[in-house]
Amino acid sequence: MTVLSYRKALSRALADELARDPAVFVLGEDVRSAASHITAGLAQRFGEDRVIDAPLSEQAFTGFATGAAMAGLRPVIEFQIPSLLFLVFEQIVNHAHKFSLMTGGQTQVPVTYLVSGSGSRAGWAGQHSDNPYSLFAHVGVKTAVPATPADAYGLLCSAIQDDDPVVVFAPAGAMDLRDDLDYSRLQPVPFGVGTVCRPGTDVTVVAVGHLVQDALAVAEQLSDRASIEVFDPRSLYPFDWDGLIGSVRRTRRLVVIDDSNRSCGIGAEIVTSVVEQVRLASPPRRVSRPDGAVLAFAPELDKAAQPNRRLLVTAIDEVLEES
Amino acid sequence: VRLIRRFEERAMELVRSGEIVGGIHPYIGQEAIAAGVCALLRREDIITSTHRGHGHVLAKGVDPARLFAELAGRTTGVNGGRGGSMHAADFSLGIYGANAIVGAAGSIATGALWALRRQGGDQIAVSFFGDGAVNEGALLEAFNLAALWRVPILFVCENNGYATTMPVAGAVAGSIPARAAAFGIPTFEVDGQDVAAVYQVSCEAILRARSGPGPVFIECSTYRFDAHHTYERRVRTDYRPADELARGRSRDPVDIAGARLDHRQRQAIDAEVETTLDEAIDFARRSPRPDPAGALDHLYATGLKPRLHDGSR
Repeated sequence: MTVLSYRKALSRALADELARDPAVFVLGEDVRSAASHITAGLAQRFGEDRVIDAPLSEQAFTGFATGAAMAGLRPVIEFQIPSLLFLVFEQIVNHAHKFSLMTGGQTQVPVTYLVSGSGSRAGWAGQHSDNPYSLFAHVGVKTAVPATPADAYGLLCSAIQDDDPVVVFAPAGAMDLRDDLDYSRLQPVPFGVGTVCRPGTDVTVVAVGHLVQDALAVAEQLSDRASIEVFDPRSLYPFDWDGLIGSVRRTRRLVVIDDSNRSCGIGAEIVTSVVEQVRLASPPRRVSRPDGAVLAFAPELDKAAQPNRRLLVTAIDEVLEES
Repeated sequence: VRLIRRFEERAMELVRSGEIVGGIHPYIGQEAIAAGVCALLRREDIITSTHRGHGHVLAKGVDPARLFAELAGRTTGVNGGRGGSMHAADFSLGIYGANAIVGAAGSIATGALWALRRQGGDQIAVSFFGDGAVNEGALLEAFNLAALWRVPILFVCENNGYATTMPVAGAVAGSIPARAAAFGIPTFEVDGQDVAAVYQVSCEAILRARSGPGPVFIECSTYRFDAHHTYERRVRTDYRPADELARGRSRDPVDIAGARLDHRQRQAIDAEVETTLDEAIDFARRSPRPDPAGALDHLYATGLKPRLHDGSR
């Protein structure tokens, strides 16, 4: 067994895919010098024509990747700042995502958009702290939010091998995670297959990304008074509805914790999709960022707008008490 | 030139009769540009086009029957009826799609050509756009990338004087070719009404791009004879003075090209065009309409099936 960090897992996935398929190349800002560490060593190992530094032209290089993908390559774009996705929403949604259908299936756009450090990094304020995964799930772009080093490796490999555009959100809050892993068992993780990280019988807690660790900690903390099942969907679109419905049919109670804004956030979709199919023993709860949240700079304010363990405990208590 | 003209006129009739739903952006008046540039392209060369794209895709070799079928929303259309007038694509002919987001295709064409050449191809690419696109930041970013990474693409700006109803004078500070020149891109300017002139300048530009290597920019001065969109007839916009319209229409690319042919030659071409279009429209009319159950077919290349309206799969 060897210790693998979340960050290293992403690097390893990139290196393995670059080695496996000559069509893969990495494109982005500061990827050769690896400002985010994720692409460290890749330019030296694979050459500068496969690890390409782009000027600060997010729209053009994202469109460029769409063209390159239609012409047979598999670009991986690294965005070190999640909020840059707002700049390129046009290129991803209007072009990369729509071309397969609009052309009647004549083309495919296998681009991976890797967001290395989504959500709050503490102290990065309003324009570096977003978690826009719900937007991509809404428009139907494949969206993965790995919670563990093994899933970071597996979901990024799957994204690169996938024939459609995929956004992989690597939460800043998960980047320093480390796990003991057998490297030889690392493998691609399919989209749309969630995982029960901790089995339980009283309530299902769906946690997204770095919040899986918080959910597991809370489940342990409350273990003397409730048996909590923690479900990590791993990809938000496609979503493992069968897996989640199976879990909630057993527990009949639901709490969702996710670090995106409340209104029209993925938590709303998860709750709705469950209650359409399962009669719950108590009203479900969501723990999220507030409606329309913008993270403020001061650490107290930054934290105040994010979901946390205390709010999760309250939500769990409520769904248990109200039954 | 004549084929594109008559295609557009026939398409406008089909819009009026309701056989084409949603309308079209007629290319009438600008035909010499698509014809002159695309006459120099090989099958494997690639193009991207715009919302006003019928001329470009026809000139690149799309079967008029399959284009009419596309406009009429039939399964035999180039996109299987899933793209329509603004999104015609035929990857077997190097047509990476007509794209209705102004200025967005420049970077896509640049990336596609870069990738093809990286895989050993010797293609060139042409990205067509209008004067409206030169105010889109994404296109200016694409100029920079293409020049920086020496991608031999022709950026062809069709300056028809208006971005919808906005005149160039009201929208463009500085000059249009200067936009490209600022990135070190060689620029050409040509009379876009004369197919021979467009052909000659494009020839020079393509040679330059091939040997450069790097992008080349051509500004074609032209005039849109008809509406921005067929819908304009219903809203009765009035943004072009009558004398300007008359002056613009007086330099008709079909007449300019036709005048160089002898009478009999021209008659033969005209007759052939009518036969082709009659057959094409007939083909479109006889073609099946798509099954509504397939509305989301091809949404994902991997075949992923989305949940439907009621959540069912």
